[in-house]
Amino acid sequence: MGFWAINVDTMMISLLLGTFFLGLFRYCIKSATASKPGGLQNFLEIIVEMVQSNVKNSFSSKNQLIGPLALTIFCWIFLMNAMDLIPVDWIPLLAQTVAGDPHLYFKAVPTTDLNITLGFSISVFFLMIYYSVKIKGLGGFLGEFAFHPFGKWALPLNLILELPGFLAKPVSLALRLYGNFFAGEVIFLVIALVGYWQLPLHFGWAVFHILVVTLQAYLFMMLTIAYLNQAHTHH
Amino acid sequence: MNLNATIIGQSIAFFVFVWFCMKYVWPPITAILEERQRKIADGLEAAERAQRDLNLAQDKVAEELRDAKKQGADLIELANKRANQIIDEAKEKAREEGKRLIAGAKAEIDMELQRAKEALRAQVAAIAIAGVERILESSIDQAANEELVKKLATEL
Repeated sequence: MGFWAINVDTMMISLLLGTFFLGLFRYCIKSATASKPGGLQNFLEIIVEMVQSNVKNSFSSKNQLIGPLALTIFCWIFLMNAMDLIPVDWIPLLAQTVAGDPHLYFKAVPTTDLNITLGFSISVFFLMIYYSVKIKGLGGFLGEFAFHPFGKWALPLNLILELPGFLAKPVSLALRLYGNFFAGEVIFLVIALVGYWQLPLHFGWAVFHILVVTLQAYLFMMLTIAYLNQAHTHH
Repeated sequence: MNLNATIIGQSIAFFVFVWFCMKYVWPPITAILEERQRKIADGLEAAERAQRDLNLAQDKVAEELRDAKKQGADLIELANKRANQIIDEAKEKAREEGKRLIAGAKAEIDMELQRAKEALRAQVAAIAIAGVERILESSIDQAANEELVKKLATEL
């Protein structure tokens, strides 16, 4: 398959989960009140307040985009990661049954697809460049690579030091998430092969993954906020 | 695992979702949170104000109570004074009445005394006359002696 192929499985689940996230919030907002919050509203408000306080603590400039961006990243990635808590063969089996093809390859956890995590991190990368140029001007943005940290007489050395660090940000962001969940999913698959012992093992690994699911979503959100904060401030 | 257009699809979806979140999800929820914060702050402030009002009212009540007590005490004192006055007046009246009664009785006694004296005098005169008649053993001209006897009687 060439470059213009699209991974329908992960893309579809990604869109479904994103729609579910926004739909849940919209559904809640319709009946939301300030004086008498219900159970769902309380739950969503806790998430929003968590995101809000993190943005407030680690983002020093003013930008209306950062809050919604962080919320979308956290919830969406959390939901994608959480797909790995569903037993590994259920969704592929369902897809194979629906498609009528017993050999259909179906990936249920979108974050085990490097394309999805790269989609996130490259979007964040573009936002970083956009805001850097917008805040500091093109000269200021490029100057950070050219005249840092050794002054303008060591320009090549500066470029060698700074550019890889900058380019590594989206790659590390995507690979961290992808690696965690691809490996986690592989372990789930291995556990699924060990016979009856898979039940306690599966339980233990799933409990551990509840932590990983939340932690990786949180990490992705916090790093996005931190990177965009760097884009907004002068060094 | 090959990289393909899924990256582009995911990026587009990402920007669309972030835009939707920024437009329709984030503002209403943060607005609700802010409104609740404001409401709580208002409520606390109102409670504080009510407490202050209550203290003020309690102070006022205490003051009114003090005033009322003072007024009551004043009234009782006034009533006592008035009662004493009335008693004094009554005593004075009684004393005067008594005096008057005593004076009346004295006058009556005097009158009785006078009357008794008169009667005694008349009787003495009659006895004197009878005695004289006995002594003289003769019937003197009564009319002639009447004058004499009366004179005698008045000198008695």
